[in-house]
Amino acid sequence: MIKPIAMRDVFLRKIHSSMEQDSSIFFISADFGSPVLDDIRADYPDRFVNVGIAEQNLINVTAGLALEGFKVFAYAIAPFITMRCFEQLRVNLALLSEVREINVNLIGVGAGYSYVVSGPTHQCYEDITLIRSLPNFKIFSPSDHVSTEGVFAQCINDKGPKYLRLDAQVLPTLRDSASKSLIDNGFELLQDYGSDGIIVATGYMVHTALKVVSDLREKGIFFSVIDLINLTDFSFDKLNSILKDIPFIFSLEEGFQGRGGLDSILRNSLSDAELNNKFYGIGVKPEYSFDLGTRQELHEKVGIGERIVTNRILSILGQ
Amino acid sequence: MKVNNLKDRVEWVWRQTLKIHRDAPETRIASSLSPIEIFVSLYYGGILNHSADQPLMNERDRFIISKGHGSISMYPILADLGFFAKEELNRICMAGGILGGIPDPVIPGYETVNGSLGHGLGVAAGMAFGLRVKKTEQEVFVLTGDGELHEGSCWEAIMFAGHHKLDNLILIVDNNATSMLDHTENIISHGNLLDRLEAFGWHTEEANGHDVLEVHQKLSTLKGSRPGKPKALIANTIKGRGVPGLEGHPLSHIINPKLEILNTILGEED
Repeated sequence: MIKPIAMRDVFLRKIHSSMEQDSSIFFISADFGSPVLDDIRADYPDRFVNVGIAEQNLINVTAGLALEGFKVFAYAIAPFITMRCFEQLRVNLALLSEVREINVNLIGVGAGYSYVVSGPTHQCYEDITLIRSLPNFKIFSPSDHVSTEGVFAQCINDKGPKYLRLDAQVLPTLRDSASKSLIDNGFELLQDYGSDGIIVATGYMVHTALKVVSDLREKGIFFSVIDLINLTDFSFDKLNSILKDIPFIFSLEEGFQGRGGLDSILRNSLSDAELNNKFYGIGVKPEYSFDLGTRQELHEKVGIGERIVTNRILSILGQ
Repeated sequence: MKVNNLKDRVEWVWRQTLKIHRDAPETRIASSLSPIEIFVSLYYGGILNHSADQPLMNERDRFIISKGHGSISMYPILADLGFFAKEELNRICMAGGILGGIPDPVIPGYETVNGSLGHGLGVAAGMAFGLRVKKTEQEVFVLTGDGELHEGSCWEAIMFAGHHKLDNLILIVDNNATSMLDHTENIISHGNLLDRLEAFGWHTEEANGHDVLEVHQKLSTLKGSRPGKPKALIANTIKGRGVPGLEGHPLSHIINPKLEILNTILGEED
C-alpha cells in the first residue's frame, strides 16, 4: 500500500494542481490552514481569500462567488463549517441550489474525534445528521487519502453543494487507487471474510471495523466490511443486493447513535428495500464528554472502540 | 424616463403596492412602502443595468434585496418592466403564482433567497469579490433594513468588504428606524450608522429616502465611482409611509391597515 498522507493535504494538492488550467476554481478559508494551502495562496492570490474567523460570512461569500460562476472550495474545521453557519448552508446553498447552479465544496477537517485532545467543541459527532437533513447536499466521507483524492473529480463536475468530511489525522491507506466502482457506487466491499455479518462503516470507523472483523474471525465468525464514502448518493440497489442475504448488519460511525447519522441512512435504505435483516446501529453514546485520552481510549468509553464493538457484536450473536 | 417623472412613478408604485396588499393581506406592507423611492431610482432612473428578457445576463448590475419581506413594492415595478406577465399580480400568494408573501428567486429579477435576514450583504460581497476577480465593470447593489443590521453576519460582511475595499459594492440601508416589535432605537441603537460604517472602512452617503430626486442623485454619484472603499447610502425612510395608522407606529411591521383606509386611499376605481 502507498504511504499514507493527510486527507486534506492530498485534496488541497489536487485543487492546487487544477487551479492553473481551471481559472474558475476559488479557494476560501475561515482562517484555517495547511502547508499545501500556503502554495495555493502564494501561487493564486487572486483566487484565494481568508475571511477570518467568520464562518457565516465564509458561506455567504462562497455563495456569492459560486453565483458568479466560480467552483468554490470552502475550508474550515468540520464542526464550525457545519454548525456555526448552518442557516447559511440551508438558505444560501441548499435552498438556492434549487434554482441556481452553484458548485460549492465544503471541506470540513476534523471528523469525529480526530481533534482528540481539543474536546467537544472541536470534535464533530453531529455533522452527518445535520448536513443530510438538507436536500441538494451531497456528503463525501472518505476513509483514507486515496478515496479522498478519488472524489475530487465529482467535486469539480457536480454543480451543487457538497460536504467533504475529512479526518484530521493521517489514516492508513486502504487501497492503491480509487476504483471506478468505488466512486460510481459510493461504497466498496473492503474486507470479505464471509457472510455471517457485515459492518457498514464510514471514515475513520472503517479502520476500526477492519480490526473488529479480524478479531471476530479469530473466534470463527466471518464478517465483511463495507466502506461507505458517499453518504447521500450511493448506489442503493447495489448496496442492498450485497446486504440482502446477510443475517446481521451493523453500522459503525463516529457520530451520535440513533440521532440521524449513518445508522439512520442504513435503516432507511434497508427499510426502503423491504429487507428484514437484523440491523444494529453502533455509534457514540449520545452525551457530551470532557474525558481525555487517546482516540482509541475515548472510543472505548463512548462505545465505538475495537474491543467494545467486538464484544457487543459477540453478545448480539449469542457468543 | 425623465428624472422629474420619477416622482409620478413613486406615487404609482405606492398605490399599486397598497392595492397588492388589499388583495393579498398576507404581504408585509409597512416595510414595503419605505424603500419605494430606492426601487424607483434604481429601475426607472437608469441606475441599474437590467434586462427583463435576460434577468441573469452577465452584463447586469446585481441587486440583492436582502430585506425580502419589505419589497412587495418591487412586484408592480418588475411586472411593469416585463420581467413577468402582469397577470401574476392577480394571483399573489395563490397556487400557481410566483409572487409570494416573501419574494423568492423563482421571480425573474430576484437574485437570491430572501426572507431570512442577514444573508444578502455577505452574498453580495462574495459576488462583488467575484466580479472584481473577473475584472468586470458591473456593480452589486444590496438593500438591507436597519433592523436587519442587528444580525452579526451583516457585520462580518461589512468587515470583509471594508478590508477588501470592494468599491463595486453598494449597500443601501432602508433606514426606516423600525424593526418588528419596536423602533430600532429602543431595541439596540445603531448610534450613528454612518460613523459606524466609516469606522469599518466604508464610504457613506445619507439621503432623505422619500425624496426620490435626492435618492436618485446620490445613487447616480455612487455608481461608477471607485473610492477604494465599499459604498453605502443610508436612506432615512418612514415605515408605512403615507398610510394613516401605519406610519410611525412601532408595530407597523405586523399590523395591517384597515380595509376602509385602503379603500379611501385607492378610491372606487381601483
